[in-house]
Amino acid sequence: MNTLSPGFHGHTRPRSDRLPPGQYPTEQFPVLSAGPTPEVPTSTWEFTLTGTEGERLRTWDWAGFGDLPQEEPTVDIHCVTRWTKWDTSWRGVSVDVLLEGVDTSASHVMAESYGGYTTNLPLADLTGGRAWIVHTFDGLPLPPEHGGPARLLVPHLYFWKSAKWVSGLRLLDRDEPGFWESVGYHMYGDPWREQRNRSD
Amino acid sequence: MHGHWYFARLAARREENATARTLLFDVEKWPGHLPGQHVDVRLTADDGYQAIRSYSLAAPAEGDRLELGVQPVEGGEVSPYLAEQLPLDAYVEVRGPLGGWFVWRGERTEPVLLLGGGSGIVPLRAMVRARRSSAARSPFLLLYALRSPAERWYAEELRPGADADGVRTRLLYSREAPAEEPRPAGRLTAADLAGAAEVEGGPPLCYVCGPTGFVEHAAGLLVAAGVPPGRVRTERFG
Ligand SMILES: Cc1cc2nc3c(=O)[nH]c(=O)nc-3n(C[C@H](O)[C@H](O)[C@H](O)COP(=O)(O)OP(=O)(O)OC[C@H]3O[C@@H](n4cnc5c(N)ncnc54)[C@H](O)[C@@H]3O)c2cc1C
Repeated sequence: MNTLSPGFHGHTRPRSDRLPPGQYPTEQFPVLSAGPTPEVPTSTWEFTLTGTEGERLRTWDWAGFGDLPQEEPTVDIHCVTRWTKWDTSWRGVSVDVLLEGVDTSASHVMAESYGGYTTNLPLADLTGGRAWIVHTFDGLPLPPEHGGPARLLVPHLYFWKSAKWVSGLRLLDRDEPGFWESVGYHMYGDPWREQRNRSD
Repeated sequence: MHGHWYFARLAARREENATARTLLFDVEKWPGHLPGQHVDVRLTADDGYQAIRSYSLAAPAEGDRLELGVQPVEGGEVSPYLAEQLPLDAYVEVRGPLGGWFVWRGERTEPVLLLGGGSGIVPLRAMVRARRSSAARSPFLLLYALRSPAERWYAEELRPGADADGVRTRLLYSREAPAEEPRPAGRLTAADLAGAAEVEGGPPLCYVCGPTGFVEHAAGLLVAAGVPPGRVRTERFG
């Protein structure tokens, strides 16, 4: 007799080409957060792009952000807690638009959030039409527990990189760990290479 | 270390209530863990298909023994199998320990508030155990929200009142309370947390765990009660 989980059959085998290793598909939208959900009214919301010396490069308020060209990405998202959600649809501004014309030698970016959350990413992963600041999910305003009023969306990395309640991007000359990265999560977080923990 | 899968042998299964089960596993060369951490459990079907879910560690590290608490979810792929089907002496695979934030480190002396909903009691029970067996004298208050007496976990161990070690426990029933319970059954409210922010020694370090709806609600109440958001750590099960 097979003594490794004998009698376990599992549910339907998911389409494997769209499922990173160790993930399972879900119809739900589970929540992963380190603490309480901050209340961020759009009346005081601001999004700031900060340079490597701490200088404010650009700032948008809610109305100004809404005036930027909007895109509607439909993407698969992969959470490090092992769920994958296919074909999620969002509306927001491409990070390319926010960075347009910014001349920088920065290699990395710290995404910063209301409530103090941070996460680090290579600058290159935020450009080339691969990252957005989104405010709408499935045609409705993004709920607070999912990061509303606005969150970062970087679907090709584990979803903790898609900072909720995002308040800005700070350019960095070198990589630095953000919140989860400093308690053991991987610095880059590629779901296709299963980069969950620092040692993976 | 984390990337490694260990074989875990089911040594015993205990009923916590009509549906919830405690599972005791033996894992050779288990590296140990901190109260609050979890493992990933991997099941393998005959055709090689695998399913993985996270389960909190219900007790502090003790040699090669791991204790999990599983609440079977109807129609779930993994939890009913673990709770009801996995035979004694059979194996699953586990990976961990995981989680570096939702942990209680015994050397801390500050007051602690544990707030668990339903099966969210599991990692909090590991913290209570660790506190009871440590020299730490930090005040511990456990608020355990549950639907009814029939859904209670760890009834012998987590009794209402204050114990000799300075751990205080309150049970908060939402649908049906036992006859002797003065608090009427009902959802967790601000009144249940009155004074939470003003315990001796300053706002406690809070650990909130359970289903997402419960955690959102409870963490929000704590912040409204004046606990700084940075003092509230959450773990969501769904
Ligand atoms: C860090 C972490 C720690 C956890 N610790 C524990 C633990 O100690 N004990 C424990 O029992 N569980 C725990 N969980 C939840 C566990 O990982 C599984 O999600 C749960 O057992 C359901 O898995 P499943 O395969 O049975 O159901 P699935 O096949 O994944 O789900 C089937 C359906 O059940 C419903 N469902 C799934 N999960 C839930 C849920 N949590 N509540 C209500 N409905 C649900 C949904 O409709 C879902 O589509 C933890 C989760 C995380 C992220």
